[in-house]
Amino acid sequence: MEKKDIEQIANLARLGINEKDIPEYVTNLTNILALVEEMNTVNTDDVTPMAHPTDAVQRLREDVVTETNQREHFQKIAPQVEDGLYLVPQVIE
Amino acid sequence: MQWEVVIGLEIHAQLATKSKIFSGSSTAFGAEPNTQANAVDLGLPGVLPVMNKQALNMAIKFGTAINAEIGKTSVFDRKNYFYPDLPKGYQTTQLALPIVGRGSVDIELEDGTTKTIGVTRAHLEEDAGKSLHEDFHGSTGVDLNRAGTPLIEIVSEPDMRSTKEAVAYMRKIHSIVTYIGICDGNMQEGSFRCDANVSVRPKGQQEFGTRAELKNINSFRFVERAIDIEIERQIDVIEGGGEVAQETRLYDSNKNETRSMRSKENAMDYRYFPDPDLLPIVVTDDEVEAIRKTLPELPDAKKVRFIEEFKLGSDDAGILTASLELADYFETVSTESGDSKLAANWVISELTGRLNRENLDIKTSPVSAKQLAGLLARIKDNTISGKIAKEVFDTMWSEGGDADSIIESKGLKQITDMGALEAMVDKVIADNPNQVEQFKAGKEKLMGFFVGQIMKQTQGKANPGQINQLLKKKLSE
Repeated sequence: MEKKDIEQIANLARLGINEKDIPEYVTNLTNILALVEEMNTVNTDDVTPMAHPTDAVQRLREDVVTETNQREHFQKIAPQVEDGLYLVPQVIE
Repeated sequence: MQWEVVIGLEIHAQLATKSKIFSGSSTAFGAEPNTQANAVDLGLPGVLPVMNKQALNMAIKFGTAINAEIGKTSVFDRKNYFYPDLPKGYQTTQLALPIVGRGSVDIELEDGTTKTIGVTRAHLEEDAGKSLHEDFHGSTGVDLNRAGTPLIEIVSEPDMRSTKEAVAYMRKIHSIVTYIGICDGNMQEGSFRCDANVSVRPKGQQEFGTRAELKNINSFRFVERAIDIEIERQIDVIEGGGEVAQETRLYDSNKNETRSMRSKENAMDYRYFPDPDLLPIVVTDDEVEAIRKTLPELPDAKKVRFIEEFKLGSDDAGILTASLELADYFETVSTESGDSKLAANWVISELTGRLNRENLDIKTSPVSAKQLAGLLARIKDNTISGKIAKEVFDTMWSEGGDADSIIESKGLKQITDMGALEAMVDKVIADNPNQVEQFKAGKEKLMGFFVGQIMKQTQGKANPGQINQLLKKKLSE
């Protein structure tokens, strides 16, 4: 784990971080990865991988429309709206 | 150098559910912006997704239609990226354990042979919202009505070797999803869209060339054009001594070009991981078999039946079974008129031709199957000729009404009174002694002239077969 890895992770997560905190992040994340490495040494050949810590199955809902239009309510907390649209800084493709 | 093209398609089909995949919001198309986007769709903190049973069943139905393995345990993953049309910051999709595993579909090639195209997988996921880039004074407008609409992404093997094959495959998948009723197939509204992975390699080379992914292809015509133009571009790059970059390219239908969307440097790192908010989906063999039993007759089977039952050629049967609506239409016309050959001709040339010219489709046809069947029945029983039938069809198209009443009110009934016809034939023979002489001297093509004279007199209402017979008889006397 190096400085540039931290910067890359922060960028992907859109997190603003302080330059001076980076060494601490490097140490912490390196320790976490070391723990994962240690866990990787455990023999799990006979263990079925789980996608979720709870040994349970997804409940399903019927295909029914239950929601009503609450646009005004939701858009009250939006910084900027126009013609019913949420406005965000320009996204260039 | 001879180049070989390698194409794989990723098709997104919106599932025709009433509500979204993880929320109870409506999926109806065309609503006012953001009136169908609730807290779950907006990705507000503290919400939990609940899976739509119908979306799952539709995905399984697709799997059974292409004879695929069904994932008995499937898992939802988070694909992480930031884009305003996906406010959660991740798309809920399936990576390692999709609901539909390996399957295949057959396509027919131009030379009439069949080729099997592998389907790698089909997974369930949610659609994103829509970004509108124009008219917001430097900002982007976001409509999240579409966010959370259930999709299946159908991923093919890189099995296609030409644009024609890619189009045939896309059409076949379109037929299947609409036949089994899991997608409305509407490409204008974005219910059925396609990304294409395209690469080229020197003919004979084993390994694949570097591929580009083409986005934003929303019609059968564009898939052909976009891939063709991309193949040309890649060959030009390689022949010019360059290398094709692995990248995502956007097809611009206005300029008919593809252009780079994201460069390699900031290639996406999606950091997939299992979605902790959703438990694994488990389906039993019994459930899968119960869904398999609900499958209707599929396009390939219907085509074979049409060839056998209605004695159609392979091409005609292919055209008529491409969409379920057209197949049903033809079947009604054929059964009710009692003449499958006549029905096929009329549905394929007259009806489809007219629909295409007026930018309509079979669902919005002004002439119903029953109306057309009524018209064809009158051709078959010699009430009218094929030529007059086209006139009746025109009237039916613009004014409505059934064949019998149009024939009656316009007085278009064929003259079948032998006495009257004989009198007319006699008169034509008497009025044209020169032509009769030449005919008898061996100029047999004058038969057309005599038939034409009678048709003119009767305004097309004489039966050409009967006239021919009568003329032959009289002229040989």
